[in-house]
Amino acid sequence: MIPLLLIHLIKIACVIGVMMGIVAYTVLAERKICAWMQDRIGPNRVGPLGLLQPMADGLKFVFKEDVLPHHVNKLYFTLAPMIAMVPALITIAVVPWGSQLVIPSLSPQPIQGVIADLNVGILFVFAIASLGVYGIVLAGWASNSKYPFLGGIRSSAQMISYEVCLGLSVVPVFMHAGSLNLVKVVGYQAQHLPFICYPHLWLSFFIFIVSAFAETNRLPFDLPEAEQELVGGYHTEYSSMKFAMFFMGEYAAMFVASALMTTLFFGGWSLPFAPFNAPAQTLGVGLLHIAVFLAKVCLCLFFYIWVRWTIPRFRYDQLMALGWKLFIPLTLLNIFLTGVVLALIGK
Amino acid sequence: MRVKRPKLTIWERTYLPQILHGLWLTLKHIPRRKFTRRYPEEKPPLYGAYRGAPTLVKDPEGRVKCVSCQLCEFVCPPKAIRITPGTRPDDAPDADVEKEPKDFVIDMLRCIYCGYCEEVCPEEAIFLKNDFAMAGYQREELQFHKEKLLELGGVQEDSIWKWKYKGAPPPDAPGADERKPLMHTDIHG
Repeated sequence: MIPLLLIHLIKIACVIGVMMGIVAYTVLAERKICAWMQDRIGPNRVGPLGLLQPMADGLKFVFKEDVLPHHVNKLYFTLAPMIAMVPALITIAVVPWGSQLVIPSLSPQPIQGVIADLNVGILFVFAIASLGVYGIVLAGWASNSKYPFLGGIRSSAQMISYEVCLGLSVVPVFMHAGSLNLVKVVGYQAQHLPFICYPHLWLSFFIFIVSAFAETNRLPFDLPEAEQELVGGYHTEYSSMKFAMFFMGEYAAMFVASALMTTLFFGGWSLPFAPFNAPAQTLGVGLLHIAVFLAKVCLCLFFYIWVRWTIPRFRYDQLMALGWKLFIPLTLLNIFLTGVVLALIGK
Repeated sequence: MRVKRPKLTIWERTYLPQILHGLWLTLKHIPRRKFTRRYPEEKPPLYGAYRGAPTLVKDPEGRVKCVSCQLCEFVCPPKAIRITPGTRPDDAPDADVEKEPKDFVIDMLRCIYCGYCEEVCPEEAIFLKNDFAMAGYQREELQFHKEKLLELGGVQEDSIWKWKYKGAPPPDAPGADERKPLMHTDIHG
């Protein structure tokens, strides 16, 4: 028997560890998949098949000179990369990774597969995720130079616009599940079907994916760092580990967005057959649930990468028009329609 | 000229058909054959007239063909060649027949691979062969001296009988029937 606090600490360490590992390997996957799509091989020098490339990249970042330009606001300049990275690490806390782990020798109760079983789950995610924009705005402002500044402005406008769509697009999911708690949402899908199987939620899914792309500044919506126009965008002046933190923050945000996609639409740790449609009663099944969750997340990450190397960047006004003139009315309509459907099928 | 602008349907105006088409296209490319050459393991194919590093060659009987006339030194545009003229060793069977360089230095940091030295050489003693990856930790490592140049050049299997016969070789001389003008394929294999 070990105290509950220790169990929580172990869980946090595992979640952050696995997450950062996946983030590092997403970078490699991105480079590999992009290379394959362009009929190239991609990194293959470090370790077998280039699998140690993330370590080499990390080592390189550590050894790079950390340039602090004299024209920057030093406090905010240093603070910005941290603020950009931390929200992604916090939001993963409410996402259920698995159902439960039954380890009687560690604790009499089954260990929950989520760090924080919050009833306001998704609201917490949106509340914290929207803090991420401050990192980018601060970076743009504190750099005291024109390209980062433009990148910061674009980013704040983009993220604020798409947060609205992101929030509204998932309302039908929670209307259907009857709870904001992500654990309960996954539980509902485990008992019934993943939400992707319900046609009246397809529009939700589509808008959520597109908004998530915009929210994480990924192509086709990576306007904050549009290289051709803005050099490096908000991180133009950054180097060494400060740049690496922006970089990891971007991929961590991708991971969280993929985890949310998995949780809300693909049924999290569940699959529509036994033993994946009910909370685990043995340790092995519990671990399998986590594996299912991670596999789904990796598929979503692949989709992210796939889209990035396919679709060219939107223009800034197109991006704004898409968000405000199309997606917001559509999400409102979608909420209404879902209400009608739910009333008709009598829930 | 009038560009025809087709009227797009609503479905086409959502961009979705093109986006889906693009996604399918990139996906199709993933399992395709890759064009990348894994360079240090897999060398690029070099063709007949390839101009790599200049080298000195020996004739089929192992004699240094260069007679240190210094024409190449004179013609070299970046002045990469430096020849110290000398004579063949006194105990050599063919001493006093021709001169031989005491040292022959090519500064590979200056060489521009133009091939003028090969073109100007009256003795066909210097050839640009296939070595192209010149690298070293010190500048001195890239000053190629006579020994190094001869080692890179090797033996030139041609049929010039300058040392043996005056004029054309007799019909029964070894290899005489194979006598032919020197081709690039002879040099580069």
